Order: sequence, then C-alpha cells, then structure tokens
Amino acid sequence: MSNIIEDCLEETCAISAHPISDYESELPRWCKGCGDFGVLTSLQRVLGKNNVDPENVVAVSGIGCSSRLPHYLNTYGFHGIHGRALPIATGVRIARPELKVIVTMGDGDCFSIGGNHWLHAIRYNINAVVLVLDNEVYALTKMQVSPTTPGGWQTNTTPRGNELRPMNPVSAVVGMTNVSFVAQTATWLPAHLDETMEKAWEHKGLSFVRILQRCPVFMPTAFGDGGANFPIVFLENENGIPINPVLLKRGPSQPHDHGNINEAQRVAATVDPAPMGLIYHNPDIPTYEEARFGRRSRPDHETFVRRLDEVMDRYAV
Amino acid sequence: MSGPNLLRLSEHIVEIVSDAGEGAQKAAISFAQVCAKAGNGLWTVEIIPSEIQPPPHTTGSASGNRIRLAQRSAVSNAGDLANVVFAFNEMALLSRLEAGSIADDALILIDNQWATHNMEAYQNSYRKVLEMVRSRGGTVMEIPLEAETLRYVEDPRRGKNMFAVGLLCALYNKNLETLKEVIQAVFKKKTRDVVDSAIKLASAGYQYGLTNFETRFDVPALPTDTQKVAMNGNTALAIGAVAAGFDLCSMYPITPATSASHVLSEIFEDFGGFVHQAEDEIAAIGVALGASFAGKTALTITSGPGMALKTEFQGLAVMTEIPLVIVDVQRGGPSTGLPTKIEQGDLLHALFGAPGDAPKVIMAASTIEECYYILSTARKIAEEFRMLVIVLSDANLATGQQLFDRPGVSKTPHQQPLDLSPVGEDALYYNWDSVTGLSQRIIPGQPGGMGVITSLNHDRDGKACYDSERNQRAHKMRSRKLAALQKSLHAPELHGAEEGDLLLVGWGSTRGAIEEAVDKARDEGLAVSSVCIQFLSPLPPGLKEIFSRFRKVITVELNYSDDLDDPLITPENRRYGQLAMILRASTLHDIDCYAEVPGRPFMPVEIYGEIQRQLNTGSTAKQPTTATANPIGN
Ligand SMILES: Cc1ncc(C[n+]2csc(CCOP(=O)(O)OP(=O)(O)O)c2C)c(N)n1
Ligand code: SF4
Repeated sequence: MSNIIEDCLEETCAISAHPISDYESELPRWCKGCGDFGVLTSLQRVLGKNNVDPENVVAVSGIGCSSRLPHYLNTYGFHGIHGRALPIATGVRIARPELKVIVTMGDGDCFSIGGNHWLHAIRYNINAVVLVLDNEVYALTKMQVSPTTPGGWQTNTTPRGNELRPMNPVSAVVGMTNVSFVAQTATWLPAHLDETMEKAWEHKGLSFVRILQRCPVFMPTAFGDGGANFPIVFLENENGIPINPVLLKRGPSQPHDHGNINEAQRVAATVDPAPMGLIYHNPDIPTYEEARFGRRSRPDHETFVRRLDEVMDRYAV
Repeated sequence: MSGPNLLRLSEHIVEIVSDAGEGAQKAAISFAQVCAKAGNGLWTVEIIPSEIQPPPHTTGSASGNRIRLAQRSAVSNAGDLANVVFAFNEMALLSRLEAGSIADDALILIDNQWATHNMEAYQNSYRKVLEMVRSRGGTVMEIPLEAETLRYVEDPRRGKNMFAVGLLCALYNKNLETLKEVIQAVFKKKTRDVVDSAIKLASAGYQYGLTNFETRFDVPALPTDTQKVAMNGNTALAIGAVAAGFDLCSMYPITPATSASHVLSEIFEDFGGFVHQAEDEIAAIGVALGASFAGKTALTITSGPGMALKTEFQGLAVMTEIPLVIVDVQRGGPSTGLPTKIEQGDLLHALFGAPGDAPKVIMAASTIEECYYILSTARKIAEEFRMLVIVLSDANLATGQQLFDRPGVSKTPHQQPLDLSPVGEDALYYNWDSVTGLSQRIIPGQPGGMGVITSLNHDRDGKACYDSERNQRAHKMRSRKLAALQKSLHAPELHGAEEGDLLLVGWGSTRGAIEEAVDKARDEGLAVSSVCIQFLSPLPPGLKEIFSRFRKVITVELNYSDDLDDPLITPENRRYGQLAMILRASTLHDIDCYAEVPGRPFMPVEIYGEIQRQLNTGSTAKQPTTATANPIGN
C-alpha cells in the first residue's frame, strides 16, 4: 500500500514539478562566500518553479569564474570562450527556437572583450535570459581592472589606483535600440535576485540582468563591504519586481515607470544610490526570431527538390 | 551569314572595359550569356576596381570582364592574352595593357569620342595609347560609340554598353534574337522603356558591326546533348550549400566572399534556411557554431581578414568536436592586401591559424563546378567525423563564370528530422572509438543527455580535467580522426603520364591553367604531368610514391615564394610556396615551387614557360609570350 502511494507521488512529481535537485549537477567549485553560488541557486529555483524540462534548457557562458556556472547546472551547457557567449547563444536560438537559453557572463567577459556582441545582442533581441555577474574585477585571472572597477581602486594592473571612472553598463544598455528588458539586482539580496530571475524568465526577448556580485577573494570591500554599506534604491511598480518588506531595511524604494524609456534612461544613469529592480521593460519589441523568421519555411522533400530545380533554371543556358 | 570574311576560330578571348559605372560588366555578362546560349564553353573573369566610384578616366577606374569562349564546352581557365578588347576609353585600355593581359596583335575597339574631346589631355592620352597599341602590332578600330548611342538615348553613360554588346555579337557572328532574349532577362527588373531602349541600342550596334567589320569571327560551338548551367563560383557555393542541406549561413560581408551570401539571402529561406549577418566575423562563426551545437547544419563564409578573426572559435570547434564548415574565398594578402584579386595565400593559415594543436580538414575547390559539389562532401565529413572543415575557394573561382553540366537535383538527400531520442545514463559526450577517435553527438533536447561541453581539456565524459594522461588522450583522439579520414581517401589521379621528367603539383583554381600548360607541353613531346590536390589536410595517400616516379616535382601556386636569384636568398633561407612547404615537410621530397603573386590567375602560357625553364628546353624569360588562338578552317 505504501508502495503504491510512493509510486503515485513519484509519478505526480514527475509530471507536475521538477525538484531543484533535477537541476543540480556537480558540486560548484567557487570560493567560499562567492556571490556566484546565489545566482546558481536562484536559477535552479526559477527552473523548478516553471517546471522546465532540463533537456530543453541550454546555458551558455564565456570564460571567467562566473562562466563556470553551466557546469553546475544539470541542463545542456556550453562553456565557450572569453567574451563570445552571446554569438553562441544567438546560434542556438536561431537553430532551435524551442530551446530556452540562459547566458552567464562576467563583467570583463560581457562589457570588455564581448562588448561588440553585447550591444548587438541587445539590438537583435533574441529570446534569452542574459545574466552578467558583475564583481567589478577580473577574478579568474587574479584581479585585474575591469570596465566596471571603481575609480581609484587598486588591482594588479592598476597598482596606483584605477585612473578611469567605471562604466555604467545599465545606462549603455538602456540607450541601445531594441532594448526590451533591463534589470539590476545583487547577490546579497537573494529574495530580490529570485524575483528578478522570475521576471527575466517570463519576458519574451532578451532579458538583460546585471547582478552585482560579491567576490570576497579579490574585492572583499567592494559594494560597501559586500552590500552592507552600499546605497541602493528599490524601484517600485506593481508590474515590476516585487519588493519584500524586509528588503526595505537595505534601502528605500521609489516609484518608477519602467515602461517609459526616458524615465528608464534617467534612472539607469543614476549610480548613487544604485537602482535595484526593473529599469526598463517593453514586451512589444519583436524578438529576432519574430522579426526574421517570417519567410523561413522548411518545404517537404518534393517541394525542396522542385525549388532547387527552379533555382537551377535561372542559370541554365 | 557565313561568307568569305568569316574567320573560324577554335577559341578567342575578349575583354570589355569601361569606367566603373558605365556598364561594361553588364555588357560582358550579356555577351557571355549569348555565347553560352549558343553552346560555347566559357570562362569569364571580372575586372573590378577596388573603389565603388574611382575617379573616371583613369586606369584605376577600369571595370569590366574578360571572356574566354571556345568551341568545346569545357573551358577550365581564363586563358592567355586577350585577342579582342572593347574599351570605352583609352585609360581603361591602358590599364589592361599595363596588366600584361593583351596580345600584341590584338584587335582593339575603342570609343573615338576622345580623339576630338574638348579636354586636350584626353585627346593626347588617347593618341598616345593608340600609338602604343599600333607599335606593338595591334589593330585599332575606332568606333563612334558615344555619337551613335546619343542617337538613341539622352544619357550615353546609360546605353553605350548595349551598343557595344550588339557590336560584339555581330563581330562574333552571334544571333541578334538571342541577344534580345538575354537583354530581356538581364533587365527583367527594369521598366519596359529601359528594356526597349537597350534592345534598340543593341540592334543598332549589331547593325553597325555587320556594316563595318571587314572580317568577322566565328567560334561555332561543338554540339553537346547535356544540359549546361553557367554561374560563378560563389553562386555555385551558395546553391551547393542549399543542395547539401545546410540550415544556416552566418557571415560578415567581405570581398570576395560576400556575393555567395547575396545569393543565399535571396533563396535560402525558401528551403528552410537562414542567413545571419553578424556584427563581425567572430560572431559569425560563433553563431554558426552555436547552431551546429544545437544540431543544425551551419557554415560561415569569409575571406582572409575574416579568417584571422575566426581562429579562436576554430579552436573551440576543434576542442568541442562540433561539426562546422568554414568557406574561405581567398583574396590577396596580408592585411587588406588586394581585396578584389586572387591569391592562394591562406593555406598555411587555414592549417595552422588556430593556436594549439587543432587538427582540421582542409579542402580546396579547383573548378566552379566543384564549388557546387564541395559543400556536400564538406558537410558529410564535418558531421561524420565531428570536425571542422575549411573549404578554400578564391577570387578567381568566386567571380569567374564557367559552363558546366547542370547538376541533377533528383538525388538531393532527404532532410532527416533531428534525433531527440532519450540518452542512456551511461552515454558519454565523447565516446571515442579508440582506433578512429570517432564518437556520437548528443544534442540539446535529448532527455537524459544533459551536460556541459567545454573549451577546457576534457575526457570521454566531457568533464573538464587537467592531468597529463587525459590531455594526451584527448589530443590523440582528435588527431586520430584525420588519419581515419585519410584512410578513406584515394591517391589523386595524374593528368598526363604516370611517370616522367616533371610533375606539377597544384591545388585550387590553378588546376585548369596547369592542365592546359601540361597538355601543350605534352603535345610537344615533353614528359610532364600534373596533379591537383583536393584534400590538403589530411593529404591524400600515395603522394610520396607518385613523386618518386618523376625526375623533378614542383608546386604551382598563386602565393609568395622567394626567388633563388634574389639578393640574400639562398637555398637555406628561401621561403617556399605554401603547398611546397607542406609537401616538403610531409614527404621529405626536395620539391621546388613556382609560386607568384600576380593578383590575377596564372595564364597557361606562363606555366608553360616555367615547364620549359624547369626542363631547360626553352627560353628562360619569365614574361608571358604572345599567344593567339589558332584560326582553323578557311
Ligand atoms: C581571448 C582571451 N583573452 C584572455 C583570457 C584570459 N581571461 C580569462 S577570464 C578573464 C577575465 C575574467 O573576468 P570576468 O569576465 O569579469 O569574469 P570573473 O572571473 O570575474 O567572473 C580573462 C582576461 C582568455 N581566456 N581568453
Ligand atoms: S575569485 Fe571571486 S569570483 Fe572567482 S570564485 Fe572566488 S570569490 Fe568567486
């Protein structure tokens, strides 16, 4: 009798929801306290919550600590080369629009070496969740300056302090044609991270999420000692990212119209306090797939052959 | 219409050149079409300025085509020196004289408006260039091209070319009705008025020719009962990609590769395919690789500078064993080099461009017809061996037109739906056969097959690992696939006898010119043969044995090599042609090379000269000698 119940339970579980463990693979090998753990867990939760079949998910990454993430996710994964995750992800989407695509990159990976692909991926607006785990440093290569390293900060390639001001990637993205989803969150705000991930998952188009990520090894004092003293403001909107009341201990909230591009650009340009939440959202921007697949149709074999013959006719002499 | 003034020829070479934008290209295409419809064998070569709007009336502005037409349907190369040139101005003509493309005794047709032009500089240079032509022994016929065209249209820049093509059709005894049909097809997107006026002009040119040429030429086509098509190599590649069942072409524009993607952009979607123009060549190969990872069949097409950008992704393709095809339509290098001109300078880059040991397959197309078929082979190898296949073409094949047997489409293989069947728990990402290195792909969507493929070294399970044993094994397995492929290749066939005094070894588009030169030498009793190598990695079996049957072996290549007569150059520091370098290393044979970078195809006569030099039978001059087609009949 108990066996029957167990069998039933197993069966219902199998059709209703994947447990988190379905998305777990080998043990993550990040340093203790690394913010990347939280992103992994959050992703596993959103996959479970949406009951996604792991075989229909492809996680693509570049090279960096953050790009190890696909190894720890029990989906299909492609751990590629530095800066080039987005072209690979674009290829997957073009080839197999039925697959769900997640891209994880570091700040150096995405904003520096992959900068060209980054801006153009926004313009293509492929349907994918694109996460940048921004620890404001090159970690895997052991602490060199990154485009988002704060001014004055010492790294191994800026021993006398970073002479340049950090770039504002969120502002850059909101300025890009065809931007459809931009959010910012942080690894030390797990509840907010989860809600952001959920929203990004729901969006049809390229969901760009900048995740401020703690790297206790190379940037222990970044983000105001790992978030403790980091000025933030939560963006408030009933269709935005829900703000759990406990979060308000971390910073105040302000109303924000994420559907208004001018508002979004103004908010994105603010770095102190850093805006947390949904900065811009336009679900009506056509995805690359929608914009470009209109004429594409796979004919049956006979039609294929006939059409090929017709093409040949044009060159017949 | 044949009369005593009709000279029968086995073949002839005509060039049509104008300022860029005056339509010599269109005239040439139309003329070539008329010849093709008449059944003549053809090879055409584009003469392209590097700029879109170069300053007019300069040598840099010369734009047009060379057309080699013959009685036989198989024409394998652009031939030697031109017999007839139709030039719209003397600077266009001068550029061809300077390029060494025109026979001394050629017939030159030229617009006479410059003789009396209100710019004195034009009058002078016109006179000078024509004097030069006459002093070389050429015949000049001045044509009132501008004046005649003005009788039919207001803007002669838009119409001279049609008068010219009419005139050429008369010169070559072609049918005016065929020309009219061709014009209608060429201008099918234009208005009725444009087509009518083009036909009027062409008819006027034709009439002018009939009245004014004392001698006309006839190159009657030999009868053939096979259907033919005429296209350039890029078009052949593009349609070949469709026929081979590719799903995606991901590219970034670069001369001379781009026109293949123009053709694909036009037709691919009707076959379920897709062209993605990426933000750069790195992204282009990345998108192709991503699509291929996801189970579709993808290629990326580029030229030298783009190849350079693709090298890191090449390494990734090799490391992850994702099938991928790259087409490199070579141009002159290094750097931006000669963007519109031919060179075979990328062989070593294709082989060694990616850092680390990255074994890959390299094939070269040697004719335009082969451009059509080569992608089917490339795809099969890429998928069966899970390998990167680089297909080399070049500017000569890309923009030249050739007549070849119409490919049959009935045998087009059925597209198989993706196999998304579940994968057992013990399935491995790289289940290498310990002998061949081959393994089965797992693609996203297959239940149970979840896992990561990585650019890091990995073992059979696909998981990253760093120890020496597993690194050595992974390298071995990737390399072994090349050996497995090599075992399935045949020794290449020789052109000419199986043994002799001299063997010419070529690859790619030089094949036609090499074989023509060999035929000529053999007709004169020289013991010369040639071989064209299609697989450059892995090399086909049997080369060493073949080489041992000849007293001397040289490669003939359109890439750079030091000349032993040059200052400072010794046998020790001499840099060889690229194939020569590979063959020397792999066969330990003392292979010499005739490797030059003229920026245009070799003429058979130049290769013939090299054969004579190598066998010390003739003059040692390197300059091409004048070659005229032998008139036959009459
Ligand atoms: C073409 C190339 N250049 C450089 C590197 C070395 N490299 C590896 S990761 C990395 C930067 C890592 O920083 P980031 O992208 O911010 O990721 P993190 O490690 O901080 O997560 C660099 C420069 C490389 N692998 N490939
Ligand atoms: S170095 Fe920093 S980013 Fe990398 S794993 Fe360690 S804590 Fe994380």
